Amino acid sequence: MAFTAQRDSRPTLQRTIRDSARSLARLITTPLSPGDYLDLFLPLRAGAPLRGRVVAVRPETEDATTVTILTGRGWRGHLPGQYLRIGVDVDGVRLWRSYSITSPPTRHDRLISITVRAIPDGVVSNHILRQLTPGTLLMLDQAVGFFTQPDPLPAKVLFLTAGSGLTPVMGMLRSYRFPDAVLVHSAPTPERMMFREELHRMVADGRLTLVERFTDDAGVLPAGEVGTVVPDWRKRQTWACGPAPLLNDAEQHWAEAGIADRLHVERFHVQLVVEGAGGEAHFTRSDVRTHGEAAEPLLDAGEDAGVLMPSGCRMGICFGCVAPLTDGSVRDLRTGDIVTATSDEAVLIQTCVSAAAGSCSIDL
Amino acid sequence: MALPNTLTSSLARLRPARGGHRLSTTRPKAPAPTYASGKPNPLAHLSPDQIERIGAELDEIRQEVLDSRGERDANYIRRLIRVQRSLELVSRTVLLFSKYWPAWVVGTTGLSLSKILENMEIGHNVLHGQWDWMRDPKVHSTSWQWDMASPSAQWQQAHNVQHHTFTNVLGKDEDLGFNILRVDPAQKWEPGNLVQPLTNLLNAVFFQYGVAIHDLGTPALKRGERDRATYLADLRTMLKKAGRHAFRDYVAHPAVSGPSAVPTLLANATANLVRNLWAHTVIFCGHLPSGVETFEVEAIDDETRGEWYVRQMLGSGNISGGPMMHLMTGNLSYQIEHHLFPDLPSNRYAEVAPRVQALMERYGLRYVSGPLYKQAASAWGKVFRYSLPNRGQRRATLRRLARRVLPRVRVPESRMLPA
Ligand SMILES: Cc1cc2nc3c(=O)[nH]c(=O)nc-3n(C[C@H](O)[C@H](O)[C@H](O)COP(=O)(O)OP(=O)(O)OC[C@H]3O[C@@H](n4cnc5c(N)ncnc54)[C@H](O)[C@@H]3O)c2cc1C
Ligand code: FES
Repeated sequence: MAFTAQRDSRPTLQRTIRDSARSLARLITTPLSPGDYLDLFLPLRAGAPLRGRVVAVRPETEDATTVTILTGRGWRGHLPGQYLRIGVDVDGVRLWRSYSITSPPTRHDRLISITVRAIPDGVVSNHILRQLTPGTLLMLDQAVGFFTQPDPLPAKVLFLTAGSGLTPVMGMLRSYRFPDAVLVHSAPTPERMMFREELHRMVADGRLTLVERFTDDAGVLPAGEVGTVVPDWRKRQTWACGPAPLLNDAEQHWAEAGIADRLHVERFHVQLVVEGAGGEAHFTRSDVRTHGEAAEPLLDAGEDAGVLMPSGCRMGICFGCVAPLTDGSVRDLRTGDIVTATSDEAVLIQTCVSAAAGSCSIDL
Repeated sequence: MALPNTLTSSLARLRPARGGHRLSTTRPKAPAPTYASGKPNPLAHLSPDQIERIGAELDEIRQEVLDSRGERDANYIRRLIRVQRSLELVSRTVLLFSKYWPAWVVGTTGLSLSKILENMEIGHNVLHGQWDWMRDPKVHSTSWQWDMASPSAQWQQAHNVQHHTFTNVLGKDEDLGFNILRVDPAQKWEPGNLVQPLTNLLNAVFFQYGVAIHDLGTPALKRGERDRATYLADLRTMLKKAGRHAFRDYVAHPAVSGPSAVPTLLANATANLVRNLWAHTVIFCGHLPSGVETFEVEAIDDETRGEWYVRQMLGSGNISGGPMMHLMTGNLSYQIEHHLFPDLPSNRYAEVAPRVQALMERYGLRYVSGPLYKQAASAWGKVFRYSLPNRGQRRATLRRLARRVLPRVRVPESRMLPA
């Protein structure tokens, strides 16, 4: 990396001084680190764990809200369409969720925005909608995700979205001027459609062709009928994001047309298979035993029992939660398949999509 | 009957005990009036049903706190950590000018208070896992390091596992008191006990090192219950940590203070001493003042949840006082509540205390509590009293000793009196 190379070429004396200053700082703050004291005043400084401060919370519709966040100095920017993980303290408990970035990347400022739609009984989304106030510190991760545009932009694009699935696409539309872009979006009613005014402005500017579908009246547009509203859909590179049935449907339709490679899908949620019984989960390194329900990801079970579990997307795509299963069996919640470890062979499992199937031991 | 999930998991969180102890899930048996040794059983007046009801009531209290745990509590510990770190930062900065005596006084006072807060209300309680539910990796029992010579993990093993499981069981609980002191008539007297008031004073002065040495578990090594290699590894970790801390307080900070080097060194030594004496006193009052019961090993045979709760209540004593007293003792002034619910957030002990007290009184159990000076005096009284053999056995003990010291002195046969 250029950055490291540059550092290494500095004069040795300077480096020695800096390194000794650092170890002295560590020594005088032991058992903590200098950062623990700097966090008192400068939580967003470079070198700190990535955090962000809420600067504005603005309702978008009755059940969606846009949050603007000033990211810490360590923020490395994002590509339109990517998402980031946010750690929010809800009732004092830190919960991590992923949200697509809806603001365009800018060179100098560290402001980003996300738009969150409340899900019935959703813990974090409802907290963000109703309780989050400007000034709150959030934990962040760097932006990630492959739901992005190639360089150069495709000549023709189609966006197929529904509900909050519009968010990553909004990030792209705000960032790029597409030569030819069509958006087919489903929302319950005109009032509950987020970004409606802005999209209509883009249409007026000639940047976008918009097909709106209001599902309270007309039902969700089946992917198979996309040809009726976008006749040249086969020629377009398509980005789709929305509820699972819509995406499953689209994948099948595009595959049948032999153009599966032109469809790019982003899922916000996995549908889980629930069968059989749970069992006792033993987190061996923390020495915590807890009961895991058949439908309960081990990630949740472990967190509820106080284990510090590594995690990422919480839906089986990022592998941020992988841990060795050293004994017993777990069920893959996406497929229902049983995965078993033997005493001499540990298996790596994704705890966010695995549930206890009988007793199991995880090396965490 | 299954144990409530919360309790099993809180006990399971404790790492595997050296010489483990598992709660029994069967109904409690009727308590025997006395132990085999003849010592009265403090549970004797309770029926198995009552013991079980006590357990259920305490579980209910616990559950209520768990259900209402939330933002208010999280804010409490975060604010406290911020206050403590700011206080430390300010005090250490003031000490840079400690060659001026007012700066010395202010800095030393601030640093002492900061060290006490850090050890007691923050460190001790975080290491108990009281704040693990926040899922904040920076305030978690598995990642926290405190300003004590004993490394967190070693202390957790010795304290959370050994002491909290075997509270006041003679011969099992190796916590302060029962380990190096004779504080109960049922403990065997040794000549070394004669100097135990002095030993105890030394332990108070060098408390953080006393704790670190205790946490190594040397007796367990001698009994063959600890593996030599892990013992040595623990010893190395501890010495490294203790060394770093000593270097920080007695070399690095004085060096940074330049012309105030010596006053800074003295200030740091004083703050450590104050913290040591305070922590020792508070902990000393937890299980030793009069009225607190001790138990024999039989008590934990097949012990049920209810019996475990009753033993924790009877084996602990509180310190009365105002909010400042509770804060500075790390809420160990609520030792009884802490021993019942070691992983509930410490800021909640105050609100459950009246209910615990009412429950104990209802079941004819003594809720031991008193002001600090009284509890400390009572505990010190025991240290002095039991430094001598039990009254009535002194002559026999002397004879036993004499026989041990002079076993080989043969009396010539001709001098022996005829039988
Ligand atoms: C890559 C990625 C990007 C995302 N971007 C956004 C975004 O821009 N805006 C946004 O509002 N959300 C987005 N999400 C979804 C978001 O991460 C949360 O899943 C959502 O806010 C619900 O969290 P919760 O805590 O409120 O619900 P929970 O309390 O976790 O769940 C409540 C119930 O709803 C179900 N559920 C959870 N999530 C969904 C879902 N997405 N759809 C349907 N049912 C669900 C759960 O199974 C559960 O039964 C994204 C998710 C991913 C993986
Ligand atoms: S958290 Fe991303 S795969 Fe499990």
